[in-house]
Formats: sequence, structure tokens, C-alpha cells
Amino acid sequence: MEPVIRVENLVKRHAGRGFGRRAPGFTAVDSVSFSILPGTTLALVGESGSGKSSLALCLACLERVTAGQIWFEGRDLAALEEKELRAVRPKLQLVFQDPANSLNPRWTVGKIVAEPLLVQARIAKRERDARAAQVLERVGLSAEYLERRPQELSGGQRQRVAIARALILEPKLLILDEVLSALDCSIQAQIANLLVELQRTYGLAYLFVTHDLRMAAHLADEIAVMSRGKIVEQGAAEKILRHARCEETKSLLGAASLAPEAIAAVRER
Amino acid sequence: MTRFLVRRLAHAAFLLLGVSLLAFLFSTLAPGNYFDEMRLNPQISAERLSALRAEYQVDRPMVVRYARWASALLHGDLGFSFAYNTPVAPLLWTRARNTLLLTGTATVLVWILALPLGVWSAERLGRPADVALSWATAVLLIIPDLTLALGLLVLAVRSGWLPTGGMVSVGFDGFSAAHKIRDVALHMVLPVTVLVAAALPVLLRHVRAAVAEALEVPFLRAAEGHGISRRRLLYRYALAAAAHPLIALFGFSLGTLLSGSLLVEVVMSWPGLGPFLLEAILARDLYVVIGGVLLSTLFLVAGNFVADLLLYWADPRIRSEAAGR
Repeated sequence: MEPVIRVENLVKRHAGRGFGRRAPGFTAVDSVSFSILPGTTLALVGESGSGKSSLALCLACLERVTAGQIWFEGRDLAALEEKELRAVRPKLQLVFQDPANSLNPRWTVGKIVAEPLLVQARIAKRERDARAAQVLERVGLSAEYLERRPQELSGGQRQRVAIARALILEPKLLILDEVLSALDCSIQAQIANLLVELQRTYGLAYLFVTHDLRMAAHLADEIAVMSRGKIVEQGAAEKILRHARCEETKSLLGAASLAPEAIAAVRER
Repeated sequence: MTRFLVRRLAHAAFLLLGVSLLAFLFSTLAPGNYFDEMRLNPQISAERLSALRAEYQVDRPMVVRYARWASALLHGDLGFSFAYNTPVAPLLWTRARNTLLLTGTATVLVWILALPLGVWSAERLGRPADVALSWATAVLLIIPDLTLALGLLVLAVRSGWLPTGGMVSVGFDGFSAAHKIRDVALHMVLPVTVLVAAALPVLLRHVRAAVAEALEVPFLRAAEGHGISRRRLLYRYALAAAAHPLIALFGFSLGTLLSGSLLVEVVMSWPGLGPFLLEAILARDLYVVIGGVLLSTLFLVAGNFVADLLLYWADPRIRSEAAGR
């Protein structure tokens, strides 16, 4: 099967700030390659500062990459002009970590969810509203939420709205950047289940960025462990959990020691 | 909404009352008054002087004078000018009009320049173009307004391209309408330039900072991810998200319409409130000074009030907050 996205030797270097460019830059993402098949999830796991969020922003085309290619729908996104990118963006959507600031507080839920449609195409207001109500229902919110504002919602409801907004453009790939980490434990499970269900229904591919190996194991088919900008270990989720080779993976397993599966996995070794 | 309005208006009224009281207190407590200098004039007899003092009620206690002045103010009467021997209000109004012509033009120009330049700069934050602009505004910020005004005056005198003071040329009354407009416009160039140069760096930096900050907010990055056009992102979304500090600044620029140009007017001999109030202060023309202070305060209060209304209109969060209380 053709992968939805194929990343080859991607490098993101942040230029040093400061006058005269004296400050040295640093390499956030260092020659990373992977691909994701339709309907599957790749979890990108790493500690904070490992470069996983930089990578997510690069894939969402919100940051320009320094080198390498991102193959998506037969085109290299890294080489596209901003104008050409606009046509591709709907197929590849990003959901942010904290829905408290990823939703415009001045707008109603209806407007927030329908906004991508407004941006992309000229669609009548009535149809936009209908589509917004439809997609809200898909994420488990009734149409009565259309008129609410983000600050009237709970964290879990807000993240549902953020997911609905990403879905309305009918993407092929969702980049989920720490989408569970701002939520309470009980809500995390609900949203995780919602994501699994949506993946089954729409055949979406996910790039699930997280620092939580337990959550990654629960959601992902494949796990890539990142450290200092590089992928240090990559493979099927099961395999990574049971036979972690790298120190980084082991320390992440240690951090997730509350998870029963993870503990079992460590004991078995 | 009504509650919000009423609270704001009550606030404003209270502030005006306080300022009027303080202005009155300080200008009365300061030693000397308009008639003191007349004592040195041998042509005015002591009897005539005390008659004058009685006529203008300078000899009455301060509380009585304030009460009389305040009650007159409620009827729209700002009192009497000692020097001009006419009511204060029309005097102030003529000068205020000239000042507003100057500051109004400058304010409009500053905003027209600052918004696109600030957005342009924020878009390329840290890149050479932005750094260059930052240095330019820093230099402009360092030069004192007075130096700038004097420098421009020297240039104008040397080159002879522009009139160097006043508001109209000799023989203005005989000009045709178009010629009149042209004449005033030419006289406005120098003072408006100084005012714009003084206000632009500050405003530009605020716009730049506010927009740059807004561009980093995740919901704007999300909109970028939906494929929004650059223009729409910058001018519709980012400016709206950055509206809070900008609206407050806008209220401030409205508020300083009467008081922001006083120095420049004096230097450029623009017949506005600046020279007029300076003269009144030096002559201790009490009610003119207090009237001027009060009028400036009124503008400041009104500017803030407009800003509050705009914020209320622009941000549903404030609306729900005000309704909730």
C-alpha cells in the first residue's frame, strides 16, 4: 500500500537569533525519515525538547524545513510555494496540544468549526453551518454547542471542537500534537477512543506526537522514539514496548511506569 | 450594556469633578493672581484695583468661588477671561479647533502608517528588514520632539519651500477657497510632520509587538494550517487578535488630541491651545487655564470611553463579563 506521507531525511535548523547572526543555530530535527500508511497511526514519542513538536510543525507546513523531502499526494511539500501549499493543506491537518488557546475565544463553536471551509472555498453560510453541525456530531457534540463559545466548554469538549475543525476539510492525515496531555485522565481515555473510532470510520492516518509511551502504545501501530532531533528507535508498537533497545526508550518506559502494560513489558525482559 | 454604559459614565463624571477641583485648588493656591501685576502700574489707582478685584470676585474665599464656578459650569459656562474680558468658552473653542485640525490630521496619518508598517514588520520578525525598521524607529525615538521641530524649522527657513510658522499667510482673507485650503495645508506640513514623527515609533512598536505575539497564538497557527491567505491572516485574524492593546492605544490617541501638540504649537507658533494656554498660565488668567485643563481631561476621558466601547464591541468575553456582573 502507498503510504499517505513519506518523510525523507528531514532537517529543521533554527537560525540563531540576534544581531549579525552571531548566535549559533540549533538543529531541532536531524535527518529524520519515516512513512505512515493509510488508516494507521505512527506515534512519535520523545521527551520535551527532543524535536517532536518541531517535526509536527514542519509536517503541517507551519514551519519551513531546512532540508529533506515530505512526500504527500505525489508532491514534495518541502519544495512547494506558499500558494501551492494552500491547495494541499486541507488534506493534512494539525490538532494542537491545548484547546484553550487553539480556539479563537471571540468566536462561537459554529464559526470556529466552519472557519476552514470559509478559508478554503466559497460555500454558502447555510451549508457551512450544516457541515459544522454534522462534523460536531461526529465528535460527540450536539448541534446546541454551535452557539456556545470555547470558554463555556470543558477541556475535553474543547478538544472535541478542535478535532471537529480539523476534520471538516476531510483530511487524509491528522497530526495530533500532544492532544491528550492538557486533559484530565478520564477525559484522555474518551478522546483517545474517539480518535480510534474516527480512524476506523474515515481511514485517517495519524501522526500521534506525545511524551507518553503508554498512550502511544495504546493508540499506535508503530512507534518512533525521538531524542535530540533524531529517531533513535522505530518499529511496531508491541516490539518497542517489549524489546526496547535504546536508553532513551527505556527511560521513557520508566517515566510511564504507572501503565500496567508498560510494567508488564519491562518485567518480561 | 446599559449597566456597562452607566458605570463608565459615572466613572467619567467623577473623574471630571476631581480634576476640576484639583485644577481649581492648585491654580488658586499658587501665589499671585491676574491683578497683582496691575499694582505696579501707576495708571491704575488702588480703588480701581479693588473694584476690579471685587468685580471678578478674586477677593472671595476659594470655596465660594469654586461653588459659583462649578454651578456656572453645569450651565455650560466656563467663566470669564480676565485678559480678554470675554467668556472663556468661545476663546477656547477657536483655539481648540485649530489644535484639532493639527492633531486630528497627525493622528489619522500615524495610524495609517503604523498599522501596515507594524504588521509588515511583525511578519518578518528578526529578519533584516524588521531589524532595520526597529533601528530606524529607535533613532526617531531618541531624537527629542523639540530638536526635531527646530531642525525642520531650520530646513524650512534655509530652503524656503515651506512656511515656517503660523497657520495662514498674510492676506489670507482675500484668497479664493481653494487657495485658502492650500495655504493652511502648507502651513500644516511642518507641525504635522513633527507630531507624526514623535508618535509613530511608539505606535509602530506596539503594533509590531502585538501582531507578532498574536501570530504565535495557536488558533492563528491553526488558521494558517487551514490554508488561509497571508493577507487575510495578517489583516483580519492577527490584527483582530491583537486588538486589545491597539484599541487601548487608539483611545489614548483620541484622548491626547487636545494636549499632545502643545509644545509643537508653541515652537511653530500655531494658533492653537498651546500658545494660548501658555500665555494664560503666565498671566494667571485663572478660568482660561482651568477651562483648558478641563477640556483636555474631557478628551482623555472621552477617548478612554470610546476605547471601552470599542473593546466591548470587539470582544465577546468582555460582553459576557459585563453581563455576568
